[in-house]
Amino acid sequence: MSPSTKKDAADQAQVDHSRRRFMKGVGTVSATAAGVTALKPAWGGMSLGDALGEFFQDHYQRMSPEEIAAAVSRIERKAKRKFGRDIQVGNAPPIEGVVFGYALNISKCKGYRDCVSACVQENNLGRGGQMEYIRVLELDKGDRNLDHANHYYDHMAVPQEGKEYLPVQCMQCDDPPCVKACPVDATWMEPDGIVVMDYDWCIGCRYCMSACPYSARHFNWREPEIPADELNSDTHYLGNRPRVKGVVEKCHFCIQRTRKGLQPACLEACPTGARVFGNLLDPDSEIRWILANKTVLRLKEDLGTEPKFWYYTD
Amino acid sequence: MILLSFLRDGFKAMLRGGSLYWLWLGVLLVLTGIGGWYYILQLRDGLIITGMSDQVSWGLYIANFTYVVGIAAASVLLVIPAYTFHRDDVRTVVPLGGAMAVAAVITAILLVTVDLARPDRFWHIIPFIGKFNLPESLLAWDIVVLSGYLMLNLVISFYILFQHYRSRQPNLRAFFPLVVVAMFMAISIHTVTAFLFSGNPGRPFWHTALLAPRFIASAFVSGPAIIIVALLLIRRFWSYPVKQAVIDMLAVILMFSLYVNLFFVAAELFTDFYNETAHAASIRYLYLGLHGADALVPWIWTALVLNIIAVTMLSFAKLRQDNRVLVTAAILCGTGVWIEKGLGFVIPGFIPTPIGEVFEYSPTFPEVMITIACLAIGALVFTLLARAAVEFESGRLRHG
Repeated sequence: MSPSTKKDAADQAQVDHSRRRFMKGVGTVSATAAGVTALKPAWGGMSLGDALGEFFQDHYQRMSPEEIAAAVSRIERKAKRKFGRDIQVGNAPPIEGVVFGYALNISKCKGYRDCVSACVQENNLGRGGQMEYIRVLELDKGDRNLDHANHYYDHMAVPQEGKEYLPVQCMQCDDPPCVKACPVDATWMEPDGIVVMDYDWCIGCRYCMSACPYSARHFNWREPEIPADELNSDTHYLGNRPRVKGVVEKCHFCIQRTRKGLQPACLEACPTGARVFGNLLDPDSEIRWILANKTVLRLKEDLGTEPKFWYYTD
Repeated sequence: MILLSFLRDGFKAMLRGGSLYWLWLGVLLVLTGIGGWYYILQLRDGLIITGMSDQVSWGLYIANFTYVVGIAAASVLLVIPAYTFHRDDVRTVVPLGGAMAVAAVITAILLVTVDLARPDRFWHIIPFIGKFNLPESLLAWDIVVLSGYLMLNLVISFYILFQHYRSRQPNLRAFFPLVVVAMFMAISIHTVTAFLFSGNPGRPFWHTALLAPRFIASAFVSGPAIIIVALLLIRRFWSYPVKQAVIDMLAVILMFSLYVNLFFVAAELFTDFYNETAHAASIRYLYLGLHGADALVPWIWTALVLNIIAVTMLSFAKLRQDNRVLVTAAILCGTGVWIEKGLGFVIPGFIPTPIGEVFEYSPTFPEVMITIACLAIGALVFTLLARAAVEFESGRLRHG
C-alpha cells in the first residue's frame, strides 16, 4: 500500500462519523424531493432529486456501495439525456497483485499519432478543443531537450528524415506531485498504481496542473462536446465516463479496459508495436522482461516522482 | 446593548461622507457590477471566456491574488512598531492597517474564488463535511492561514475600536498574545503563498528557495506603498491626525525593502544567466523573449525601471520627506511590484510548459473586468472599514 492510500484510509476513518450523519440527512431530503418532482423535470433537464443527489454526492472513496450505485445510475441518466444513448458506468475494483506499468520503444515510434486519436475515441475526450492525453513530440535525432520539440508537426508524411518521436502522456508517477497538490483529495493513486480523478469532486482550482511536470493534466475550459454516435458507452467511474465543464482530467491507463485484462487503446492502435503494457508485479510479464533486458530511461527522473512509464530503444 | 450600538454607529459612520466620498463608492460599485456581470457569463460558459489554457492554466486572477496577499501581510509593519517598539503615534493607525489587512485578505479570497471553476462545489473544502488534503496540499494550508489571519485582524481591530468606543484603553496584556500570533501569521500567509509556487519541481522558474524571502521583501514594498498613499488621503480628506513621523517611518521601510527586493532580483538574474541552463528558459522568456514569444518583455523592463527610479527618489532624505515625492515613488514601486510579482511572476512559470511548448497568455476583457471587480470590492471594504475606524479613533464616536 502506498503512503497516500494509507493516509486516505486514516482520513476516512476520522471523518467518516460526522460525515455519515450529514449525508444521512441529505439522503432523506433528496429521496423525498425525488418523489415530489417526478412530475416536473426542471433543474437543467434533471429532476430535483438528481440535482440534489449530484450536488451532495460524496467523494468516491467515502461512498457506500449503495451510494455508488445511486451515483452510477444518476450518471447514466445524465448521459442518456445529453447523448440520447445508454452508457454503462463500470466500477471494477483494482485487481489484487497488479500494479500497471508502461514501456515505450522510441526506436519504433514513427510519429503516426494513431495512439492519440485512439485515445480520444476510447476515452470520450471533448472534441473541438485540444483535449488529448498523449502528445507526440518531434525532435531532431539525438536532441533530448524538450524545449526544442515540435509539438504540432503536420508534414505530409512521417517519419521525417533526421527526426525522432517521443510520445508523452501521464507517467502514473508512484510519488505523484499532482495528488499532493489537490486541496480536496479529488485525485489519488489506486492500489494498482493508476492515478485517478473523481470528476464529481474536483473543484477546478487547477493546482494539480501546475504541479505536474509532464503537462499530463487537462482542463475542461468549457462543456465538452462529443458527437453522440462517437460516444464510447463502455465506461468506468474513475475513467472515461462523460465529463463536465470546469474539472480536470487525465490519462488513467484506460482503466475501463485494463482492469478487465485488456490492453490500453493507445497500445492496440500503435501500428509499429512500440508500446508494451503490463503488470509490474508479475516477474514473467513482458514489461518486466523489458525492464530487465533493455536499456530503459524515464523522463525527468531527477524530479523523484518515480514514473511508472519507461522509454527504451532497440 | 453596547455591542449592538457600537456596530450600529459603525455602520452609520460608513455611510457618512461628502459628495466625493459617495462618488468614490459609486465608482467602485459600478466596477463591481460590471465585473459581476462578466462573472455570471463565466459561470454560464466556463473559464473558456478567460485567456487561460491547458498550457498557461493560471492567469490574471492568481497573479493578483499573489499581489494582494502581500498587501495583507504588510499590515504587520504597523503592528510591530506599535506594540513591540511602543510607538504611540503608530498605534493610532493600527486599526487602519487592520482594515487594510482585512480588505486584502477578502480580495485574495475573492480572486481565488473567481479562479475556481466549480464554486458550486465549495462545500468540498469545508473541513469534516468535505475533504481537506492536510497536511499535504499547500493550497489547503493557504486556505487555513488566510482565514486564520482574517479572523485575527478582525478580532484585534474590533477589540481596539470597541474599547475606544466605550472610552476605555485596550488591555494590552489581554490582546498582546494575539498581536504576536498575528505577526507570525502575517509572515506565514505570504510564505505559504510562496511555497504554493516554489513547491513545484516541475516549474524551475518558481522552484527556488529565494521565492519566500522575495515575496516578503516585495510585500514590504507594495504594502507600505499602498498604506502611505491611503494614510495621506485619509489625513487630507477625513482630517484624521496621522503623525508625519508614521509616514516617515513607512518611507524608510519602503526604501530598505525596495533595495532588498532589487538585490534579490539581481541575485536571481545572475544565477540564471551567468551559466544558463535549461531551467533558465522561463526567465529568458520573461526578460528577453523565447522563440519569438515576448509578450512580457516590455512589462518586466518597465517594472525594473519603475523600481529603480523609485528607490533613487527614496534614497535622499530631503526628497523622501516631501510627501508629493513620496507618493510618486510609492505609486511607481507599487506598480513595479504589481507587475513583477503578478503577471511577471505567475505567467513565466508556465512558459515554456514542462514538456517544452511555448504558448503565450494574454487576459481577455471579461477576465480583466472580473479582476477589477475583485480589486474594487477590496477597495470598497477598506474604505468602509477605514471610515468607521477613523470616526471611532478620532473620538467623534463614543458610546452614550
